Amino acid sequence: MGPLVELKGITRSFGGVRALKGIDFDLRPGEVHALLGENGAGKSTLMRVLAGEITPDGGAILIDGASVAPYDPRVAASHGIAVIHQETALAPDLSVAENIFMRELPGIIAWPALNRRAAVLLKQLGFAIDPRRTVGDLAVAHQQVVEIAKALSQKVRVIVFDEPTAVLSTGDAERLHGIIAGLRAEGVGIVYISHRLEEVFRISDRMTVMKDGRVVGVTTPRDASVEDVIRMMVGRPLAALFPKAEGRRIGDEVLRVADLRRGNRVRGVSLSVRAGEIVGLGGLVGSGRTETVRLIFGADRRDDGTIHLRGEQARISSPLDAVLAGIGLVPEDRKHQGVILDMPIRTNTTMARLAPVVNALGFLRLRVERGLVEALSKRLRLKSAGVDAPASSLSGGNQQKVVLAKWFHAGTDVIILDEPTRGVDVGAKAEIYALIEELAAAGRAVLVISSEHQELFGLCDRVLVMAEGRIAGELQPADYSEERLLTLAMTRGAAPLRKAS
Amino acid sequence: MSVVTEDLPEGKRQRIEVSELFRRYGTAAIFLVLVIGAASQSQAFLTERNVMNVLRQVAPTGIMAVGMLFVILTRGIDLSVGSLLALGSVSCALTAAAGSGTPVAVAAAVGAGAAAGIVTGVLVAYAELPPFVITLAMMTAARGSALILASGQPIMMGDPGEALTDFGSGFVLGVPQPVILMFAVFVVAGVVLNFTKFGRIVKAIGSNAEAVRLSGIAAPRYVMAVYVISGALAATAGIISASRTGVGSGSIGVGAELDVIAAVVIGGASLMGGRGGVVNTLLGALVMGVIGNIMNLADVPGYNQQVFMGGIIVVAMLLQYGARWLRR
Ligand SMILES: Nc1ncnc2c1ncn2[C@@H]1O[C@H](COP(=O)(O)OP(=O)(O)OP(=O)(O)O)[C@@H](O)[C@H]1O
Ligand SMILES: [Mg+2]
Repeated sequence: MGPLVELKGITRSFGGVRALKGIDFDLRPGEVHALLGENGAGKSTLMRVLAGEITPDGGAILIDGASVAPYDPRVAASHGIAVIHQETALAPDLSVAENIFMRELPGIIAWPALNRRAAVLLKQLGFAIDPRRTVGDLAVAHQQVVEIAKALSQKVRVIVFDEPTAVLSTGDAERLHGIIAGLRAEGVGIVYISHRLEEVFRISDRMTVMKDGRVVGVTTPRDASVEDVIRMMVGRPLAALFPKAEGRRIGDEVLRVADLRRGNRVRGVSLSVRAGEIVGLGGLVGSGRTETVRLIFGADRRDDGTIHLRGEQARISSPLDAVLAGIGLVPEDRKHQGVILDMPIRTNTTMARLAPVVNALGFLRLRVERGLVEALSKRLRLKSAGVDAPASSLSGGNQQKVVLAKWFHAGTDVIILDEPTRGVDVGAKAEIYALIEELAAAGRAVLVISSEHQELFGLCDRVLVMAEGRIAGELQPADYSEERLLTLAMTRGAAPLRKAS
Repeated sequence: MSVVTEDLPEGKRQRIEVSELFRRYGTAAIFLVLVIGAASQSQAFLTERNVMNVLRQVAPTGIMAVGMLFVILTRGIDLSVGSLLALGSVSCALTAAAGSGTPVAVAAAVGAGAAAGIVTGVLVAYAELPPFVITLAMMTAARGSALILASGQPIMMGDPGEALTDFGSGFVLGVPQPVILMFAVFVVAGVVLNFTKFGRIVKAIGSNAEAVRLSGIAAPRYVMAVYVISGALAATAGIISASRTGVGSGSIGVGAELDVIAAVVIGGASLMGGRGGVVNTLLGALVMGVIGNIMNLADVPGYNQQVFMGGIIVVAMLLQYGARWLRR
């Protein structure tokens, strides 16, 4: 059988930046075709071409062997091509059901029927999300699920997943892989973009590796090893992913929170982090991890609970209080809470600590700022047209690096990272882990939320597991295993195995 | 940082997005086209007298547009500026006529505008009420206050206000003094917006207020400040108006907020916040002034002028936003 779609010699530039330099790509029915490459390699851009959202400068798009022109999102949709983007594009104020059936909403909406259909669809996907909830209130992971349901609400022949699992926990990711297997069996062509190589090797039939806007290789999981693919992606062999904790001394307690509460999402969380310590916060999506750290940071108002810093009670009722007290938070939702897309990388990076780049009269010291930010972006291997380029011109993973850079620059005593490596490629991940390790070595207290269990195990000195708004237990390095973590995460708050002190 | 430009064939593929060019220089292009068109049609247009006349007429709108720009950058709107202009002119005329001296008159006017801005600012920034509605309320309340203060009468400044009327009608090197004041306001605003922490945070708030808040910045303070600035500048425009005519009036500036918003928007600022600059705002105000002037010179009746003005605003928007459709 011939390919469903073919992209031939696709080129596309943004200003002076050539994002795609002649890409050939094809997708056959019933295959999972993985698209791999470093942050900024051009993966998302290529898929936006396939979706008809951007017009290529050159090249052709063939569907069922015939060239299609002109090509735009409606033509793409009419051929059954659906793209689930890296950044969700849902209407945050509408309900889950409305979002799912956005394209076919009737003039007069029969709510019960619509909600029922949405519930059925979500159930098929294996998620119990209430179709009446407002999308903006859902966890990012569940928004991703709604996005998938929306794509599947119509007949698809080609479906593109752009880093769907970056925000999903292991269990949810597996459920998604089940869905993908089902689609594949039906003969749907699937493009799968991910920086989690082990899952790519597990589920894909073919892999195309991109680098700097070119295809550098097409292979299959049988013909290449993970290391081979990394070498193709990065162009250099990679050192150990997790740095060795050398000479790191764990000191006195810096952060202690007691009995934090908010509604039924956070129901009495107590924890502490010492200087030089990296503590993980694991659990399922919706277990209250993000909500908990937002309370510590003063982003939401807490119903109850106290926060102590170095033994003294801290009054934190806003992020401003938190930053002044020495607490920083890399938020989960980078698009809405992290980066300011319209503003330059430079401006984004210094936002949380402007003091070093402002003189006594309130004037900006642009040269100092540029120097600072350039050094930091080099460390993080930020791929950009320069620090004055707007954050919107960056690929997803590079935007994440900008948010990290902001809080590394802020240099607070306590730094909380909510999914810090979301959408970041392997090379940069290693660099970010090294930086986190460095922060801890400098005596900072670090709290990390991650849905990637290996990340928690590789990085953290101990891992607290949350379930249903409570800490269900604590894992020491000797106990680190997926099963233990999941067992704790699924205790549903009943009879905690071992209460964290 | 590895940028993919290194293997560009020399000077070839360097393409700046068309839509970006339109956004940046669209207002300047409109302005130039208007000036060239007007000059070729009318002998009277490019005379020094007429140019100065246009500038003088633009001065109050231009000054208010600066305040409005700050407000719009934070994704707000200030509908009260026309009323605050009246309040400023009445406050200025009353204190001047009472013989309190020019500094006191100026302070009274600016103080009144700023005070109104504080009220608006507290309600918008701290109580988080919608700026459209709150400034609508302030528009009514300030208009009423101005009329009450003036007892519904025009207030003659007379002899004690001579220093002010001298300012209103005086020239420096052939340029009307209010025009010089306007340019000064623009220069200061340009510096503040581009080179200070304040300006940066104002723009950031309009782009993504939540990200700013989560960076530990006291965003409400900045939001409050822009309404104070807008109020104070509107009152300043009121001083100019009083000093040009020698009379303070509670009924001037009705609908001025719409001209001011139009100037800012023709200047390419986005009502969705975060985007806009002083140079284009000045050009936007000048475009408004030049169009009015052209039509006066051509004896177009007032009602027709309003229709044309509406059309011009649409054309400006098409130029700035329409280029996006050319390319996706
Ligand atoms: N709208 C834009 N304006 C300017 N440059 C852009 C734009 N969109 C993408 N680019 C550039 O194109 C290149 C490819 O970006 P793309 O988003 O396709 O990367 P990616 O492979 O999806 O990376 P990631 O893994 O981080 O998601 C990057 O260098 C990016 O900076
Ligand atoms: Mg991408």
